[in-house]
Amino acid sequence: MRIVVAMRQLADLVEELEVNDEGTDIDREFVKFVSNEWDEAALEEALTLKDELGATVTVVALDEPDVDQTLYAALAKGADRVVKLTGNDPDTWVRSRERAQRLASFLAGESFDLLLTGVQAADDLDGQLAGILGSLLEVPHAAVVVGVEGSDSKVRVIQEMGGGLLGVSELDLPAVLGIQAAKQTPRYAPISRIRQAMQTGEISEHEVELSDASAQVKVRRLYPPESTGAGATMLKGSPKEVAAEIIEIIKSKGLV
Amino acid sequence: MLVGVLETRKIFGGETETAKMVFYLLAVVVLAIFFTGLVKRVIEYNHGRRPASFSWLRRRDARDIPEVSERPKFASSLVTIAANKTVTKSRKKVGISHLLLFWGFIGLFLATSILSLDYDILGNASRFITGHTYSFFQGPFYLGYNAVFDLAGLAALVGTVLLVYRRWFSREIQLDYTRAQRPEGGYSRAKIVIGDQVFVVGLLLILITGILIQGLRIDGEGFPSFERWTWLGYLVGKGLVTLGVGSAGARAIHAWLWWVHVGMALAFVAYIPWSKAWHMLASPTNLAVRDLATTRRIPAPPEGKTGYDSIDDFTPRELLGFDSCTKCGRCHAVCPARTAGAPLSPRDFILDLRQWVDRSRHIPLLLDTETRPVASGPLAGDGQLVGDVIVDKTLWSCTTCMACVEICPVGIEHVPTIVQLRRSLVDRGEMDPTLQSALQNIATQGNSFGKSARMRARWTKGLDFPIVDARKEHVEYLWFLGDFASFDERLMSISQTLAKVLNASGVSFGILFDDERNAGNDVRRVGEEGLFEMLVEQNMEAFSKASFDKIFTTDPHTFNTLRNEYPSFGLDKPVLHYSELLAILMFTEEVAPRSLGRRVTYHDPCYLGRYNRIFDTPRAVIAGLGCDLVEMPRHGANSFCCGAGGGRIWMDDSYLEERPSVNRIKEAQGLGVDYFVVACPKDYAMFSDAVKTVGIEDSLKVIDIVELFAEATEATELVDV
Amino acid sequence: MSVDVLVIAEAVAGEVPDVTYELLGKGRELSDGFSGELALVLAGEPSPQNLFGAADVLYSMSGMEAGYCAPQWEMSLGEVIRSAHPKVVLVSTGTVGIDLAGALATQFDGVLASYVIDAVMEGGSLVVTSQLYGGKLLSEVEIDSFPAVLSVVPGSFASDVGRVVGEPRREVIDVGGSLSSAKGIAIELREPDSSGVDITAAPLLVSVGRGIGSKENVELVAELAEAMKAPLSASRPVIDQGWLPKPHQVGKSGKKVKPTVYLAFGISGAPEHLEGMRSADVIIACNTDAKAPIFEVAHYGTTLDLFDLVPELTDQVGG
Repeated sequence: MRIVVAMRQLADLVEELEVNDEGTDIDREFVKFVSNEWDEAALEEALTLKDELGATVTVVALDEPDVDQTLYAALAKGADRVVKLTGNDPDTWVRSRERAQRLASFLAGESFDLLLTGVQAADDLDGQLAGILGSLLEVPHAAVVVGVEGSDSKVRVIQEMGGGLLGVSELDLPAVLGIQAAKQTPRYAPISRIRQAMQTGEISEHEVELSDASAQVKVRRLYPPESTGAGATMLKGSPKEVAAEIIEIIKSKGLV
Repeated sequence: MLVGVLETRKIFGGETETAKMVFYLLAVVVLAIFFTGLVKRVIEYNHGRRPASFSWLRRRDARDIPEVSERPKFASSLVTIAANKTVTKSRKKVGISHLLLFWGFIGLFLATSILSLDYDILGNASRFITGHTYSFFQGPFYLGYNAVFDLAGLAALVGTVLLVYRRWFSREIQLDYTRAQRPEGGYSRAKIVIGDQVFVVGLLLILITGILIQGLRIDGEGFPSFERWTWLGYLVGKGLVTLGVGSAGARAIHAWLWWVHVGMALAFVAYIPWSKAWHMLASPTNLAVRDLATTRRIPAPPEGKTGYDSIDDFTPRELLGFDSCTKCGRCHAVCPARTAGAPLSPRDFILDLRQWVDRSRHIPLLLDTETRPVASGPLAGDGQLVGDVIVDKTLWSCTTCMACVEICPVGIEHVPTIVQLRRSLVDRGEMDPTLQSALQNIATQGNSFGKSARMRARWTKGLDFPIVDARKEHVEYLWFLGDFASFDERLMSISQTLAKVLNASGVSFGILFDDERNAGNDVRRVGEEGLFEMLVEQNMEAFSKASFDKIFTTDPHTFNTLRNEYPSFGLDKPVLHYSELLAILMFTEEVAPRSLGRRVTYHDPCYLGRYNRIFDTPRAVIAGLGCDLVEMPRHGANSFCCGAGGGRIWMDDSYLEERPSVNRIKEAQGLGVDYFVVACPKDYAMFSDAVKTVGIEDSLKVIDIVELFAEATEATELVDV
Repeated sequence: MSVDVLVIAEAVAGEVPDVTYELLGKGRELSDGFSGELALVLAGEPSPQNLFGAADVLYSMSGMEAGYCAPQWEMSLGEVIRSAHPKVVLVSTGTVGIDLAGALATQFDGVLASYVIDAVMEGGSLVVTSQLYGGKLLSEVEIDSFPAVLSVVPGSFASDVGRVVGEPRREVIDVGGSLSSAKGIAIELREPDSSGVDITAAPLLVSVGRGIGSKENVELVAELAEAMKAPLSASRPVIDQGWLPKPHQVGKSGKKVKPTVYLAFGISGAPEHLEGMRSADVIIACNTDAKAPIFEVAHYGTTLDLFDLVPELTDQVGG
């Protein structure tokens, strides 16, 4: 089985995000970029499938800040090949549609059975990647996937439908899946392995030229939400005292 | 000398030539067995991995701090061994018993050797060459020999009796062989108990029969007056007479008891390399080659590997260390993990590795080994070193507090081996999820809190003076705060207090702001060597951007790695702990503290005290503040870990029966003090929680030493408890 | 009149979710702004108790297989959109929305805005507010080319506005014939395994989140739940790690709960979780991070370590 994992960099949500002077994007200059956590789940799922069924795993990502780190980490974890797509401006906001077009342009020359990516990213204002990519490539797709079972020509996917309901369906291959959760927590890549990958591994680069710019939503402004000002009454004291207070509150509601 | 007055005795108690031949034959067999074992073991040590550049042989490093990381010189090792210093150190009575036994047996060994030299070598050789039997075993030499070596016999007897008594009747935790990690399917250590008894009771029987045959011989010879020099035998002989053993009876008993004594002694010699008795040779050797620096400065992984995963990874010193263990259990008793109910006991750890190595190298142990109904762990043939022989949870339980290394009477270094094994777990990605996220945070953000690096100096907000940026301006002291002092809400105010104290005293200091990274002491001890190296590079890069003369740290863990590990990566600046800086301020009279007159106790942080031998400085500061220091029973080098070290602070501890910090607070509870003084941010965090758990936060206040200092120098009032 | 706004009902298992009525309410407002019609599209036949009066047209996709298969839904909805030709398509950021909003927008070469929490008409344009970066920032987007697809965060609009009794015009679109060419088949819908626990009915819930750290530790909170005779529930990470079975999950992808008292231990308060429990009468949260979003919705909070607090609570309840 040939699996491609599309990964991406994202401003670290740990950071205080500031808005740029135009007010239309975050200020990218001083922000730290990390890989999208759902993409990490997608990579883990791919590597698990590789462990279970035998597969080659190719990781592909656009040229974004610190993307090399993510790609080397992927190699350290067990990916067979990592590809960086160049041609985009690494310091601007790449919307989902453009991202999908760039990936599709690369994938046109690539044969694969499964394409896995994260179910969403915190800045995909114009939609989630899996659906758009599936549509561009004209292959079946499914998102919010929490289970993948592969076979030769089909893939069985389990999707979360809300309220605990699970939808099971079978898709023809190749297919694009937006992964919500992998079978296990994404594995840890020891730094020594990542460093080894940096020395011995290779990131192949692939330039993508986009001719037609697609319709994009115009961002008028980006701004932080006003604080609701609400909030909890904080209970103070030792565990003993706080526990007593909590029990008092529960009892006042006629419980316990 | 006149015939008949020649003071000597018959060797072999007057046995026949046949008996002599039997004895020699036996002796040859015994020596063959002994040397087979000896050679087998030496070959096994020789199998060990030689760390690159043979640094394990290097004896000294000029940069090392004496006493902390200097390897002992040969002469001082000899003194340590001769005086049984490490055995006596923490347990006087046991140590003195052992010292008596130790020198007693060395004396008896010498006595036997001299006799053998005279009779077996000189006597036989001279008779073979000249036809005459020469002997020096007579006259005044004989008298002196007996007088001196009877003393050795008595010393050995007293020492052995005391130790046998302790073995039989002591209920101390260190002699309890219950495992800390219980294998599924059960286990039995009955053979180990038998091994102990065979060893110590065997020695006792050899001694008793030896002394008895001396008495019987003198009795049998009718008490020649010169034998009064053989005072012990003479007394025993007289005792036998009062018991009704006459001259003839004595000769009869002597005839067979001599063989019993000699048989047991020979059997014992053959037994040595295959049993606990091997420690008689292994332990002193281990003490002579030990290198305490390896605990302070964790060695690199084996070349081309990330950690230990095979028997070939152990160094000769480690293999020798395993064999040196006498199961004295002192490490078992002091280990905070074991005390807390974790599956780690340093004793069991070493014993498991020893059994596994012996098994793998096909060295049979007669006794002194564990048995299990289902072969598992170290006793199974096919297990993985990390995971089966030593299970993950055992390895993760270590706080690297070094109490085991400190107390070990035979110089075993448990901690570096634990770290080497942990490295394999990290390489396989097998770890607590909370630890994994801490490491990921450190890798991406440079701190375990997962906060943005730009938040590192947030604690400075609210100070009414600016903190110098050491990257922009030269300072005398670069302050390396560490993660806890920078990011933990409870500790940020203590960092502010220290800043205020230094500012008020006119100390020139600055910080690295967002360029400081976790120093990596605990990252390294968790086993994430790659991340440690990355952090060192980042911090060295930050140091190179700054201008300063010295470094001081808040965290003793940080202090340890900067002081002992960073120099090999190029750091060439002196490193101090802030308690030392406070002492400097006090004793150079930069500040004039008022007397606080409080009753306090002080907790030695492992990485400040045991690791870096800074015991007196914080105590001097406390005394200088006019506080009455009441010591806890476990203090100084014997301080008890708070449970946070070695990365434990990032791991789940809810499975513990009692957290070490709670155990420690209970120890302080009975002292009648109001303040529990700490000098480590992790201690502050752990013990602040522990006083709440114990429910005494109103009567025992955890306080940082700088808070006391600030109160005494800035005339601020502490809240009374 | 033409259909200007189309609402996709995500009634996968037959039941119409609350958010559909939210979208109907908003859709009514928008279609009035366009002075066009509002349509609703539903898989299969509407059950009589549904209240779709806000819509002018009701499209029923007939011939669909039971269960859910994304390629089939994409194909069927595509047919509806081709026939209705709406300016704006409204869907929620539930699974159907995440699956299909992007695909449909691409297919019809329209624009798409996701994570929408508000949308208003300004002249001929649509001004849409979205939540980005986990709610840390809001973006205001102007849409003046159509078709446009809006994927809306559930809970953004009032649902009672859209819940109107009435009979919209019915249009049945038979998709059964073309489905055979879809590149996928639905296999089954798995009902949540509700064996043993019912967290939706209990007046008191003891809930545990990622902060618990490991499966073994969950036991600690389970003991408290037992002592309080309350069911144990959990947030998504606990379920994803396999520390508790799925029926215990509270949140968007788990169960919505409305207990009298909700005790949250080590739960930071991701939007996914808040959606499932914010309507509890009293929420008491324990989290060491004083800035955790859970404290925004909680009534009482403490930053004590749950490992200190939980055993204490168990003791006090037991004693």
